[in-house]
Amino acid sequence: MLPLKTVKSVIKVKKLAKYYDKNVAVDQVSFEVGDGEIFGLLGPNGAGKTTIISILATLLRPTSGYAEVAGISVGGNRDALRRQIGIVFQEPALDTKLTGRENLQFHAMMYGLAKHERRERIERMLELVDLQDKADLLVEKYSGGMKRRLEIARGLVQHPRVLFLDEPTLGLDAQTRRHIWDYIRRLNREERVTVMLTTHYMEEADFLCDRVVIIDKGRIAAMDTPARLKDILGGDIVNLAVPEGGEPLMNVLKDRPWIKASRLHDGQLSLTMVQGDKRIPELMQTAVQTGTRVTAVNLHKPSLEDVFLHFAGRSISEEETGHDAQFRFVRHGGRR
Amino acid sequence: MKAIQGIAIYVLWLRELKRLLRARSRLIGTLLMPLFFLAFMGLGFQRMRFPGMPGTEYSDFLLPGILGMSILFSSAFTGLSVLWDREFGFLKEIMVAPVSRVSIVLGRIAGGITTSLFQALAILAVSLAFGFRPRQWVMMFPALLLMVLISITFIGLGLSFASNMRDMQGFNLVMNFVIFPLFFLSGALFPLDDFPSWVRAVARLDPLAYGVDGLRAALLGSSDMSLAFNLIALAIFSLLAVALGVWFFEKSDSL
Repeated sequence: MLPLKTVKSVIKVKKLAKYYDKNVAVDQVSFEVGDGEIFGLLGPNGAGKTTIISILATLLRPTSGYAEVAGISVGGNRDALRRQIGIVFQEPALDTKLTGRENLQFHAMMYGLAKHERRERIERMLELVDLQDKADLLVEKYSGGMKRRLEIARGLVQHPRVLFLDEPTLGLDAQTRRHIWDYIRRLNREERVTVMLTTHYMEEADFLCDRVVIIDKGRIAAMDTPARLKDILGGDIVNLAVPEGGEPLMNVLKDRPWIKASRLHDGQLSLTMVQGDKRIPELMQTAVQTGTRVTAVNLHKPSLEDVFLHFAGRSISEEETGHDAQFRFVRHGGRR
Repeated sequence: MKAIQGIAIYVLWLRELKRLLRARSRLIGTLLMPLFFLAFMGLGFQRMRFPGMPGTEYSDFLLPGILGMSILFSSAFTGLSVLWDREFGFLKEIMVAPVSRVSIVLGRIAGGITTSLFQALAILAVSLAFGFRPRQWVMMFPALLLMVLISITFIGLGLSFASNMRDMQGFNLVMNFVIFPLFFLSGALFPLDDFPSWVRAVARLDPLAYGVDGLRAALLGSSDMSLAFNLIALAIFSLLAVALGVWFFEKSDSL
């Protein structure tokens, strides 16, 4: 989905930069996010993702460049802009001595919602994240996943145009993560809210996002739909096991225009192509025609991990273990 | 935007009240400390007299000091609770809301006054139960006003410090190097008559000194300075402290 041509942009960023002393956190970044999109900022820790979100949420001032959300410049009327956005921070920002509902009430009142609207929205949001039953428990009794859901619900109470999610599933177990993904899709659909999220999980960006920006060291390395980004790598790799030799098959296939690369090694014929799954029948047909016995087929879809590797020249998880924390806004060890 | 948003102030106050009522241990702990002070020092120095001592008993002299102490500590604590909120992440939720910084400060002050007055009145009630009687009941009103002003002053001061600090380590620093000296210089436990003149000069800058002296004027009917003077001085201090608190809080604009 590339809605930019048809739908108006709700976030515009032009040549945005943020320096800390001499360190560059964000370097000349430009992009636009269409209304209703789920837009992902993907990159390792310290790439500048949180900085971009903080600038768009008016929590940080940019060093240079321009950014606007819902038609309001980040340097303009901050309170007006803040009414248009909801934000879920990387670290929990809940009052654990209040109940879930009280946290939402606090929020709704801070955003100036009228009483009847408040009640209605809070019930609706609790329902959206399936927390009605737990709404009157103190938040200190909540699990990590419940806290996250409550925060997502809270970010939506004031009917924002854009919801920012900073690492929405960081530190959650795999099952809880899947649930959070489902909630994010649901709210995007049902609340018609544009979602901008940061993540360093490839599967997350792949599963959720309509479009992804790959950020590395404060710069945009690539921007497109996850599918197209993966296509940049030349497509899927199809491996055919040909124990009795595959020379004739390879020679025929080499001339087909949709085969990007072919290699024969250790009784395996490796072929690179776009949309390999749709080509497998044709491959099998050709194999029969050339009298080649194929004993196994496997298809390797490139992941965003491969894409990141392609653009950054290193894997995203290598970065994880590195000491690349200088731009992180993690103040204490309390990361979930 | 400089507007004062009533609903934001109200909800910040409500939050503080709910937290106060739920934190039983904090509630009891903050009540017990001043009561212990009052009981042990009152009994221990029972027969102590000094020239010009207001009140007939040392415990009478002590009560306004302990009231001042209790308000000083709980108010400074409220001011510094910004640090607490930062530690637990909730500060972000407050800071990102479309609410003027002035309203946030006023909301915190409203919450803090409630907390400290609740404690001070509980101490006063216990004292009344043990036989303390103010000179005139009507003088409870200026006493109440004084307590509110003391509270505002130190919440403002606490906020100013908290806005300039990043973490909880600063909390102990402020407690040891600001709050305790303010307490001892206030004359809450003893008169400063026999201290060197420069110490007494420094003590003139201690807002709590006016608070404690004012409370003695109101409750015991005898004091160094007049009730009106103490009230005016404290009102000026509280205005300055709030202005300082708002200014630092707006300037820091920090997460």
